[in-house]
Amino acid sequence: MSDFFSNGWSVFVAGATILGLLLCLVLLIIASRRKIMANDNTTGHIWDEDLRELNNPLPRWWMGLFVLTVVFAGIYLAMYPGLGSTEGSLKWTSTGQYEAEQAKARAALEGVYAKYAAMPAEALAKDPQAMGIGERLFANNCAGCHGSDARGSKGFPNLTDSDWLYGGAHDTIIETISKGRNGVMPPMAAAVGTPEDVRNVANYVLSLSGSPHNSIAAQLGKPKFGACAACHGPDGKGNQALGAPNLTDKVWLHGWGEDAVMAMINNGKNNVMPAHASRLSAEQIRVLAAYVWSLSQTTAVAAK
Amino acid sequence: MSSEASATTQPSQSGGDAAVEMVSLYQAQKKIYPRAVTGWFATWRWSLVWITQLLFYGLPWLNWNGRQAVLFDLGARRFYIFELVLYPQDFIFLTGILLISAYALFLFTAVAGRLWCGYACPQTVYTEIFMWVEQRFEGDRAARMRLDAGPWNAEKLARKGGKQLVWLSLGLWTGFTFVGYFTPIKLLGSEALALSFGPWEWFWVLFYGFATYGNAGYMREQVCKYMCPYARFQSAMFDKDTLIISYDAERGEPRGARGRKADPKQLGLGACIDCNLCVHVCPTGIDIRKGLQYECIGCAACVDVCNGVMDKMGYARGLVRYDTQNGLSQHLTRSQLLARMFRPRVLIYTAILFVISAALMASIALRTTFKVDVVRDRASLARQVEDGYVENVYRLQIMNATEQEQRFTLTASGLLGLRMQPAVDVVAVGPAEARWISVALRVPPEVAASEGAGAHPIQFEIRRLASPGTDAGSLMEKSTFVLPR
Repeated sequence: MSDFFSNGWSVFVAGATILGLLLCLVLLIIASRRKIMANDNTTGHIWDEDLRELNNPLPRWWMGLFVLTVVFAGIYLAMYPGLGSTEGSLKWTSTGQYEAEQAKARAALEGVYAKYAAMPAEALAKDPQAMGIGERLFANNCAGCHGSDARGSKGFPNLTDSDWLYGGAHDTIIETISKGRNGVMPPMAAAVGTPEDVRNVANYVLSLSGSPHNSIAAQLGKPKFGACAACHGPDGKGNQALGAPNLTDKVWLHGWGEDAVMAMINNGKNNVMPAHASRLSAEQIRVLAAYVWSLSQTTAVAAK
Repeated sequence: MSSEASATTQPSQSGGDAAVEMVSLYQAQKKIYPRAVTGWFATWRWSLVWITQLLFYGLPWLNWNGRQAVLFDLGARRFYIFELVLYPQDFIFLTGILLISAYALFLFTAVAGRLWCGYACPQTVYTEIFMWVEQRFEGDRAARMRLDAGPWNAEKLARKGGKQLVWLSLGLWTGFTFVGYFTPIKLLGSEALALSFGPWEWFWVLFYGFATYGNAGYMREQVCKYMCPYARFQSAMFDKDTLIISYDAERGEPRGARGRKADPKQLGLGACIDCNLCVHVCPTGIDIRKGLQYECIGCAACVDVCNGVMDKMGYARGLVRYDTQNGLSQHLTRSQLLARMFRPRVLIYTAILFVISAALMASIALRTTFKVDVVRDRASLARQVEDGYVENVYRLQIMNATEQEQRFTLTASGLLGLRMQPAVDVVAVGPAEARWISVALRVPPEVAASEGAGAHPIQFEIRRLASPGTDAGSLMEKSTFVLPR
């Protein structure tokens, strides 16, 4: 977008700038040529009857410095975009500088990450420097949702247990971080049946993990679980290819208890993990994924 | 009165008889050729030149604990001063040092005028060194004036060239030393030999070197007269009992030349023989006989040189001396001057200076050698975990301000049943390092229900385990625990 609505403003700003510079110069020249009558070393100005101004002459080199600043301003305006919308001979822009600095930072990082490019997750997890980098990347990019201890929160998966929605292999984690994930649980109330059926199915689901439940309702809900089995499997163990959670463990991402499960069946949920490929380089993601992987390895956690 | 003499002094009292003339509001710089001076005060100034420069040039070469004793590592944000390891969080100490410097300046100025300017200011000290070099190459005042007026020949070229060479090397060495306070100086030295400085090192070595060369070689009194703010507000700290360099006009006037054997009383003259040496030695080019002027930096060169003249003439010393305005007008003796030194302003400055110094020393001596910052996770305020427990997550940054490894244990309190899950064992933090640790705290559901929703104050206690070289100690850090609705 252009900085100005019309070219006239640009000309106006440039004109005001140049005029200001010239005025400074002219003022200086006039002042330096001016001489005053002096017989008592005052400027001759008298206020309040007897208050006089002493003439403390400015050193001439100081005036030279002033001229230098005007010259500097001229050179600066020729090189940088300071006159309205002119470009300047250096073609400098803040965007250009930002990109140049980014390229420089990337080049500097390449050296740091080069040695990790071929390392498997196990080796990376044993490299304290790599884990230090991973920890900082995690704190800056992931901790906002997953918590700085990576144990997540309601709606945000815990990364330190061995329960994975899409699988916990190093490559899978890399894919999750790079491309993000979109976990969709459709509203299933219509498929399950009446509100009573929904309550029964919820109790059956709770029973799968041995969570507190009404066992009679669970028995009644069991036949209706067929609607869920397409994604969560007939035994409720989930499907990592679809990102369908395992319902037989005690991990309840969106809250535990009858009400929370019923809400999921009734309303469904669309849970999004944003893609990070545009924010982090592939090498950074590789190290970060190894850090996340290491969090789920109980031995690795204890060693830290 | 000529225009140049009156240029920077007070309006003459007898303005009527001066010729009316046209003067510019700008003034071409007149070069000042100060004459070399020896004497009691010059010796003091040279002692301070030696002390400050031995300190400045020598300090970066000292070692301590296998590192540079004084090093301000800006990149790592650690400041090492002998045993002290300071973090940016310790900048309060810098405030203390600045306050002490300011009050010391106020105190010394109130007592004896511009002692700082005359003896210890870098501008004075480096100018003194550069002028000494100048005298070795070009001779004293008269010789220098002759040399400057004379034509360029081989001798002039050699004298001027030699001076420039020494000046430039002094400047560069100063720039090098300055950078050595921020980069390990031995490393910098080997880089200097290979001329392989980084761009910033080049910049600062050259910049500081050039500043030294320009300020001490050329700008000299111009800095004091036109740039230094101290000259402008010194009058706020002076009073009539402040010791200043003063000319005893009563004793000196009327001035005039006379033979050594002549009796001034018979000639109707005062003690001043009008030799103008006090003007010749003045580094700012003023005439002290015109009274106190803001350009006077209080270096006492005129006192030294006048005392020498008085000795030669067989007169009493002290025609130009440290005295006060009251001392001059009321003919106070030394002991009376001394008694007047203990006036409220001086006593108050001294008391404040003493209190701040004591507070700074106490706070450095009593400071804990580790620091902790507690940061609550902001995005997820609280989470419910198995069995209805409520959990909050914190990040603790533990900073070790010693050069030994320190080991810590963490506990939290403030809510019933509050505990760390998983419990954090001993945390080790390396020498002069800072480490982040994630900590989760949880409370049982019944406590969450009885305490109610909202933020509850809690405390972390970070206890350092005693180890060789460090005592046990602990810090309390406040934070909050959030219970959701």
